[in-house]
Amino acid sequence: MGHEPTSDAAMAHEHTPHLAHHFETSEQQFVAGKLGMWLFLATEILLFGGLFCAYAIYRASHPEIFQYAHRYLDKTLGGINTIVLICSSLTMAWGVHCAQRGQRRGLIACLVLTLLFACTFLGIKYVEYSHKWKDGLLPGTRFDPQYAPGEHGHGGDADETAQYGEHTSDEPAGETGAASPSASDDETPLDVGAGRSRVPPAADGPSGLAEVPWLERPKPHAEIKERPSNVHIFFGIYFSMTGLHGLHVIAGMGVIVWILIRSIKGHFGADYFTPVDLAGLYWHLVDLIWIYLFPLLYLIH
Amino acid sequence: MLAQTDGSFWMPTAGSTAAEEVDLLFDVIFWISAFFFTLIVALMVLFIIRYRRRVGRKAEKMATHNLALEITWSIIPLILVIVIFYVGMKSFLAMATPPEDAYRIDVEGQKWSWMFIYPNGHVDSELHVPVDTDVQLTLTSLDVIHSFYIPAFRLKRDAVPGRYSKMYFRATQAGEYTVFCAEYCGTGHSDMLSTCVVHPPGEFELWLESADPLKKLTDEQYQAYLTDPDAFIAANPEIKGLETPVDIGRKLYTKKGCAQCHSVDGSAATGPTFKGVFGKSHQMTGGSMVVADENYIRESMLNPNANVVAGYQAVMPTYQGRLKDREITALVAYIRSLGDEGD
Amino acid sequence: MTTSDTTIAAGSAPEAESPSDGNYLNHAHGIRSWIFTLDHKRIGVMYLVSVVAALLLGGVFAMLVRTELLTPGKTIMEADTYNKMFTLHGAVMIFLFIIPSIPAALGNFVLPIMLGAKDVAFPRLNLFSYYLYVVGALLALLAIVTGGVDTGWTFYTPYSTTTSTSVIAVTLGAFVLGFSSIFTGLNFIVTIHRLRPPGMNWFRMPLFLWALYATSIIQILATPVLGITLILLILERTLGVGIFDPALGGDPVLFQHFFWFYSHPAVYIMILPAMGIVSELVSVFSHKHIFGYKFIAYSSIAIAILGFLVWGHHMFTSGQSAVANVIFSALTFSVSIPSAIKVFNWLTTMYKGSISLETPMCYALSFIFMFGIGGLTGLFLGALATDIHLHDTYFVVAHFHYTMMGGTFIAFVGGLHYWWPKITGRMYSEFWGRIACLTVFIGFNATFFAQFVMGSRGMPRRYYNYLDEYQPYHVFSTIGSYLLAVGLILTAVYLIHSLFRGRRAPANPWGGASLEWHCSSPPPHDNFAEQPTVGDCYDFSGLRYDPEIRGYVSDQGRDS
Ligand code: HEA
Ligand code: HEA
Ligand code: CUA
Ligand SMILES: [Cu+2]
Repeated sequence: MGHEPTSDAAMAHEHTPHLAHHFETSEQQFVAGKLGMWLFLATEILLFGGLFCAYAIYRASHPEIFQYAHRYLDKTLGGINTIVLICSSLTMAWGVHCAQRGQRRGLIACLVLTLLFACTFLGIKYVEYSHKWKDGLLPGTRFDPQYAPGEHGHGGDADETAQYGEHTSDEPAGETGAASPSASDDETPLDVGAGRSRVPPAADGPSGLAEVPWLERPKPHAEIKERPSNVHIFFGIYFSMTGLHGLHVIAGMGVIVWILIRSIKGHFGADYFTPVDLAGLYWHLVDLIWIYLFPLLYLIH
Repeated sequence: MLAQTDGSFWMPTAGSTAAEEVDLLFDVIFWISAFFFTLIVALMVLFIIRYRRRVGRKAEKMATHNLALEITWSIIPLILVIVIFYVGMKSFLAMATPPEDAYRIDVEGQKWSWMFIYPNGHVDSELHVPVDTDVQLTLTSLDVIHSFYIPAFRLKRDAVPGRYSKMYFRATQAGEYTVFCAEYCGTGHSDMLSTCVVHPPGEFELWLESADPLKKLTDEQYQAYLTDPDAFIAANPEIKGLETPVDIGRKLYTKKGCAQCHSVDGSAATGPTFKGVFGKSHQMTGGSMVVADENYIRESMLNPNANVVAGYQAVMPTYQGRLKDREITALVAYIRSLGDEGD
Repeated sequence: MTTSDTTIAAGSAPEAESPSDGNYLNHAHGIRSWIFTLDHKRIGVMYLVSVVAALLLGGVFAMLVRTELLTPGKTIMEADTYNKMFTLHGAVMIFLFIIPSIPAALGNFVLPIMLGAKDVAFPRLNLFSYYLYVVGALLALLAIVTGGVDTGWTFYTPYSTTTSTSVIAVTLGAFVLGFSSIFTGLNFIVTIHRLRPPGMNWFRMPLFLWALYATSIIQILATPVLGITLILLILERTLGVGIFDPALGGDPVLFQHFFWFYSHPAVYIMILPAMGIVSELVSVFSHKHIFGYKFIAYSSIAIAILGFLVWGHHMFTSGQSAVANVIFSALTFSVSIPSAIKVFNWLTTMYKGSISLETPMCYALSFIFMFGIGGLTGLFLGALATDIHLHDTYFVVAHFHYTMMGGTFIAFVGGLHYWWPKITGRMYSEFWGRIACLTVFIGFNATFFAQFVMGSRGMPRRYYNYLDEYQPYHVFSTIGSYLLAVGLILTAVYLIHSLFRGRRAPANPWGGASLEWHCSSPPPHDNFAEQPTVGDCYDFSGLRYDPEIRGYVSDQGRDS
C-alpha cells in the first residue's frame, strides 16, 4: 500500500508535523489509518479466498489428485519455510514494540532481521520452484513428471512409493475418453479435434457444484494404484496459491524497506509510528496466509 | 413456415407441456407487476398534478415515518414473491425431472452446429421427436459452452464440454420448431440453428426407419449399390430413402453441418468452398501442395487439422465417430460431383 | 439562447460572484495543480470527465450494435466485428462507466462535503485509485486497438481461454479497475466512520451517504473475488493451469460461479448509489421531509448483504444442481423487498409535498418509472420456470438496460444536474434540460421495451443474425436508440454551453438542506471555512426562496 494518510505531511499543521490537514487530531488520524488497513486486509483475504474456494471444491470432488500429488512436495523445505515466516512475524511484532517505545536502534535491527527472514523464505521457495520446473511438475499441458512421487529426486516420502506403482506415461484423462452417454452404438469413442485441445473432454472432470448423480461416473479411484487423471490441476492450484503469496511477500518486503529507510532517517518516535504499525499488520497477514497454505498443500493426510 | 410465428403478444406458440406452465407463471408475474407498476405510476402522476409547486403553497407537515405502513408494504410484496417463487419452483422441478421411460436422444453441440444421436445410432442435424411422448435429451459439447434452446417449448439447457446435462420435454403439437444456440460461442453463434420436427403419432418411427438407408445394406448389397447405384435402387424399392451417393452426400452436407463453414457456390467462408476443389492441387498452410483426391477429403474429415489449406484457420472439428464410413464415401461422391461441375 | 440564459447575463451575477471567489477551481492553476491534486473535489471532476468519455465510447459501440441489427445478417459489419462490438460495449459501460460513475465521480465530490469533512480519509489513496482507473482504461483501449475482444463482458470459459482475441489486456484492465474501485470503497468507509464532524451521527447522514456506505461494503467484499478470477483466467490463457478449462479437466462452470459472485453484487454497486441520489432528489424537489428515513437507510444495507447470496440466479440453465437453483431463486426474491420499500417511501415522500419539476426531479421520476419496469422484470428472471425460457434472450438485455441505463444511468444524469451548479458554479438551461429529459425518456423506452417483447418471443442475445420474424422489433428498437442518442447529445451540448455562458449558480439553487448547500458554489478549497452546524438534512422549513439571487436562503437571513 504505502498510501497511509500520514504521508500527507506536506500540508501538515505546524505543531504536529504528521497530522494531515483534514484530520482534527493525531488520534483520529491513527484510528482512520488502522481501520483502512484492516479493510485492506479484508480485501486481501477475499483475494486469496477465491483460491481457497477453488482448492476446496477440487479437493472435495477429487481427493485422489491431492492425495497423490502432494507427495511431490518437499515437506521439510515447506516446514522450514513455515518456521522462517513465523520468526519473521515475531521480529516484526518486536519491531512495532520498539517503535512504540521510540527505540530507534531496536526497530532498525528488527526490520533488518525481518527482511533477512523474508529473503530466506524466498530463497527456499526458489529452490522448491526450480526443482518442480526441472522435474516437469508444472500445471496444465506442461505437466510432464519425470518420476512418481517419492520415487527419487528432490524430496518426497519414499516409504509411500510402494503403494503407488509405476507412473503411467500417457496424458492425464486419457482413459476417460468421452463415450456417448446413452446411445448404444458401435461407433468409436469421440475425440476432440486435435488442433483444439490436447486432452479429450474430461467426462469425469471436476464438476464443481454440478449435479451429476444420474451419470454413471467411473469409480472414484478407490485405492490409488496409478496416477489419477488430471494431477496437473494440483500444480495449477499449488503455483497459483504459492505464487500469489510469494508476490505478497515481495510487496511486503518493499514496504519494510521503505519503513526501514524512514526509521533510519529518524521519522518515527513514540508519538508517531503509524506506518510501522500498519506495515506490521500487513506482514502478519502474509504470514497467516502461509500458515494456512502449508498444511493445505503439503500436509494432506 | 415455422409453427412459432403465431402465439400471443408476449409468447411464441406453446408446443410442449412445459410451455403451458411457463406461460401461466409468466401471466401471473405479469399481472402482479402490471398492478404494482400502474399503481406506482398512477400515484406519481396524481401527486405531481395534485401537489404541484405553486406560489404560496408549501409542503404540508406530516409524519416522517409510520411503522405500520412500512410493514404493510413489506409484507404484501413478500407474500406475492413467495407465491411467485413457489409456482416457479414447482413448474421447474416438474420440467427438470424426466420420467424413467423417456425416449432418449443425445445432443452434441459444437461450433456451430447441433448433432442429434438417436438410440439406434443414427446421427442427424435435426431433432425429430414423436408428439405426446416424453423425450430426454442428454447434452454435451465438444468445444465451448453452447445452450440448447427451443422457444416454443420454453426450454433451455447449457451444453457444457466435459459434462453431461439432461433436459426433458413432451411436445404437444406436431410441427416444426426452431432450435437456437443461446450461449455465446463465437462467430457462428447466431447461425447455430436447427429444427425440431415433432411428428404426428406413428410417423416418427417411419422417419427413423428411412433416415439412414445406407446403414441397412449388407456388405454385399452395399458393394452392388456402389457399383451401379441407379440400378440397385431400382431393383430394391423396399429400401426406403435410398438415393444415389451424390444425393445422399448432398443431404449429409447440410445434415452434418458441413454447410456451416463450406459453401458450394464458390464463395469463401470459414472453410474453403467445395465447388471445384476436387482433383485439383491446393497449397497447404505448411507450403506443401496436396491434390484434393478421395484420400485427402477423407483425411480432412477425420483428421481435419493435419493438412489445412493455406489462408484458413485450423478450426474444423474432427468427424471421427460422427460420420460412418459409408457416409464419408457418399460425401466424397458429392464433393467430386461439385468438382466436375466446376470444370 | 433561452429565456433563462438571457436573464442571467442581465441579472444576478454580482451577488453570486463575490462569495465564491476563492473556490476549489481557482485555488491553484496549471495542469500540475490538477494531475497531482489531493483535493477530493478535483479528483471527482477528473473522474467525471473520464467516465463521461467512457460513456461516449460505450455509446458509440452501442449505436454500431443497434445499426447492425437493423437487418438480419450483414448490415454494416461482419459477425466477428459485431461480436467485438457488443463485448466492448458491455465491458466499457460496466467497468469504465457505470461502476465508477456515481461513487467515484459524484460520490467523491459530494461525500466529504455532505458529511462536513474537509476531505476523504486518504487523499493520496484517492488520487492513486484515480490513476489506477486511468491505467485500467488504457489497458482496455490497448485491447481495442490490438484487435478487440469477442468474449462478451462475462468472459465465460472455455470460450475466453480459446479465442484468439486480446482477452488478456481486457481482463488485466478490469483487474486494475477493480482495485481502483476497492480503494474508493475503502476510502469512503473510513471517511464515513472516522471523519464525521461533531453532531453528524449516523442517522443525520443524508441517505446518499448511507447508499455510498452500503456500496462501499460491496466494493470491498466482492471486487477482490473478481480480481482473483481474472488472474486465474489470465493464468489459464498463458500457462494453462487447468482450473477452468474442461480440456484440462477443469470446470468451466466454476468460472461462472466466481464471476457472478462478483458481478451480481456489482449490479447493486450500480443501483444503490443511484437509489441514494433519488432519495435526495425526491425529498428536495418535493420540498418535504423524506418519509421513512430509517427504512430507506437500512434497506440499502439489506440490499448490500442479500446481494451477496443470489449470484446463482445467472446460472439456472448452466447445470448447477436443482437444489442450488431453488435456493438461489428464493434468495433472489428477498432482494426485491428492500427495493420495494424504497419505492413506496419515495412515493409517500411526494404525497402532500410541494413538487417542483426541475430537470433533476424529472430524472428522478423517470428513474422510478424505469427502475420499476427493470426491477419488476427481474421477478420474471428470478422465478425458475420463466427464467429457463428467458435466460440469454433479449428479455434479459432489456431487463438490465432498464435497471442499469434506466436506473443507474438516469439517476447519474439526475445527480449530475442536481450537483452541476455546485461542481461548476454555473446553471444550465432548465428549458433544454427538460426537453432533453423527455427525449431520453421516450427514446429509452422505445429502444428497450421492444426488446422485452422480442426476448420473450425467443430472440437470443448476442445474435448477429436473426430470424425475419424479429425484424420489426429490431427496427423499432434501433430507431428508439437514435432518438436516445439525440437526447443525450443535446444534454452534452447544453451542459457544456452552460460552462461558458451559464448563469452563476447561487449557493443553494434547489432548496436542499444537506451540508453541500451550505457552502458556496463552487465550494472553497477546504469545503468549509468553519465547521458547519449539523442539522436535519431533510428539514426544509428554514429555507426561503430569494428571487433576487434565484436561490434559497435561510429564513433567519443567515447565509453561509
Ligand atoms: C443495476 C443493475 C441491476 C439491478 C438493480 C438488478 C435487479 C434485479 N435483477 Fe438483474 N441483472 C442485471 C442488472 C441488474 N439487475 C444485469 C446486468 C444482468 C445480466 C448480466 C448478463 O447476463 O450480462 C441481470 C440479470 C438478472 C438475472 C439473470 C437472468 C438470466 O441471465 O437468466 C436475474 C434472475 O434472477 C435478475 C434478477 C434481478 C432481480 C430480482 C432484481 C431485483 O433487485 C429488483 C428489485 C426491484 C423491484 C422488484 C422493483 C421495485 C419494487 C416495486 C415496484 C414494488 C412491487 C414489488 C413487488 C411486488 C415484489 N437479473
Ligand atoms: C451501463 C451500462 C450500459 C448502458 C448505459 C448501455 C447503453 C446502451 N446499450 Fe447496452 N449493454 C450493456 C450495458 C449498457 N448498455 C451490457 C453489459 C451489455 C451486454 C454485453 C454482452 O452481451 O456481453 C449490453 C448489450 C447491449 C445490446 C445487446 C447486444 C447483443 O446481445 O447482441 C444492445 C442491443 O441493442 C445494447 C444497446 C444499447 C444502447 C442502444 C444503449 C444506449 O442507451 C446508449 C446511449 C448512449 C449514447 C448514445 C452515448 C451518448 C453520450 C453522450 C453524448 C455523452 C452525454 C453526456 C452526458 C449525459 C453528461 N446493449
Ligand atoms: Cu453455440 Cu452459441
Ligand atoms: Cu444478478
